[in-house]
Amino acid sequence: MGLDKTGIAKRIAQELRDGWYVNLGIGIPTLVANYIPQGIEVEFQSENGVLGMGPFPFEGDEDADLINAGKQTITTMKGASFFDSATSFAMIRGQHVQLTVLGAMEVSEKGDIANWKIPGKMVKGMGGAMDLVASADNIIVAMMHSNRAGVSKLLKSCSLPLTGVACVKKVVTDLAVLEINGGAFHLLERAPGVSVEEIQSKTEGRLVVHGDVPEMSL
Amino acid sequence: MNKVVDNVGIAVEGIKDNMTLMLGGFGLCGIPENSISELVKIGVSGLTCISNNAGVDDFGLGLLLQNKQIKKMISSYVGENDEFERQMLSGELEVDLIPQGSLAERCRAGGAGIPAFYTPAGYGTEVAEGKEVRDFNGKPHILESALSADFAIVKAWKGDTEGNLVFKATARNFNPMMAMAGKITIAEVEELVPAEHLILMKFIRQEYSFNEYFKERALKRE
Repeated sequence: MGLDKTGIAKRIAQELRDGWYVNLGIGIPTLVANYIPQGIEVEFQSENGVLGMGPFPFEGDEDADLINAGKQTITTMKGASFFDSATSFAMIRGQHVQLTVLGAMEVSEKGDIANWKIPGKMVKGMGGAMDLVASADNIIVAMMHSNRAGVSKLLKSCSLPLTGVACVKKVVTDLAVLEINGGAFHLLERAPGVSVEEIQSKTEGRLVVHGDVPEMSL
Repeated sequence: MNKVVDNVGIAVEGIKDNMTLMLGGFGLCGIPENSISELVKIGVSGLTCISNNAGVDDFGLGLLLQNKQIKKMISSYVGENDEFERQMLSGELEVDLIPQGSLAERCRAGGAGIPAFYTPAGYGTEVAEGKEVRDFNGKPHILESALSADFAIVKAWKGDTEGNLVFKATARNFNPMMAMAGKITIAEVEELVPAEHLILMKFIRQEYSFNEYFKERALKRE
C-alpha cells in the first residue's frame, strides 16, 4: 500500500531541526512546510531570493513581485530577507542552508541523482537543482519508489542525464526511508504495512537490511 | 549628464542585430517587459539573450521568440514556454542551459572583473563537458567563465535620476548583477524619483553606472 505524497512529506518533516534554513524543491518537497514539528522553528529559503518564506497568500493578497522558485505567489514571515540570485546561491554553495529536499526521477546506489532531463522528450533545464545537489551537505530526496510504469527509481546506476554525482545521502519514498552509504541503499524504516520483501523487490540497486527494520511513526 | 530618457524607444535605440543582451527577471517577476515589447516593435534580430527564463508564449521573452528574433538563449530553465521547446528541438534556436547558481555567478563575475571561477555545480554531468576540472579540499570543481553583454536591461521598483535603483521583494533576482555586467545598462523603473530621494541607496549602489535610463509605467501582471 505505502504512503501518499502527504505521508512522505510528514516523514521528511521529522528530519527538521530547530534553527535550520531549509530549501524545498517543487512537488512533494513543498508539502513538507505544512508539517513542521511542534516546538521548532525553521526558515525556508527559496533560491529566487528569499529567506523566511511564509504560506501561500489568500486570494486578493497576492503580490506579483513576491514569488517562490516554482513561480507561485507567496507571503513572508516576520524577519524575512530578500537578496539577488548570486547571493542566494552563495548561501547554497557556501553551505549556509542546512537541508535541501528535492524530487528525483532516478537515484543510484552511489548517491547519483537524475531529475532534470529526458533526452528528446523533456528538455526544460536544470534551474537551481545542480547547484543545490553539488553543494548541500544534507540532501533528502522525496519521491515514489517506482515510476508510473512500475519500474524502480532506486537503481544501480542512473540511466537519465545526471544532475549530480554521489550527493544524495537519504531517500524517503512511499515505501521506505533509506540511507545511501558505501554504494548501497540501507533500509532504515518501512512505511506502515509494507514488508521488507516488497521493498526489496521494488529496489533495483543494492539494498542492505540490518536486522529488524522498524515501521515509520507518523 | 542626463541619464533619463523620455521613452522606451529612445532607451533601446542603440540595440542592433546580432548583439548580446542580458535581461533581468525570474519567471515573469522583475522582467523589463516594456523594453522587450519595444524590441519586438523595432524588430532587431539574431540576438543572443542571457536570461534565467524565456518568458511564456505570449509574454516577456516569449514575444521575441515568437517573432524569431532570438538566435541563442543562455538560461537555466525554460519550462514555461512551448514555442521555446519547439524551436529548440527543431534546431532553429541555439540553447545553452546552465545551472542557475552558475548563471547568476557568471553574470556577477562579468560585472566584477573576474574572468572565471570554480564551482562544484554540474561536476560529473553534461554541463561539465569540455570544462577544466580541479580538486579543492578533495572535492572536484569545474571552471566557469564570466558573462558580459552589449546591453543589460533590468527592471527596478524605484530609480532616481542618477541611476540608483531599489528592487522590490523577489523582483530583484538577476537584475543587480546584470546591471553591472552590461557595457550599457538600461533600467526600466516603475517609479522615477528625484536623486535626493534615494540617497541611502547611493552608498549601497554607487558602483552602478547607468548610461541610459527611462521611466515607463509598469504594466500590471496577472
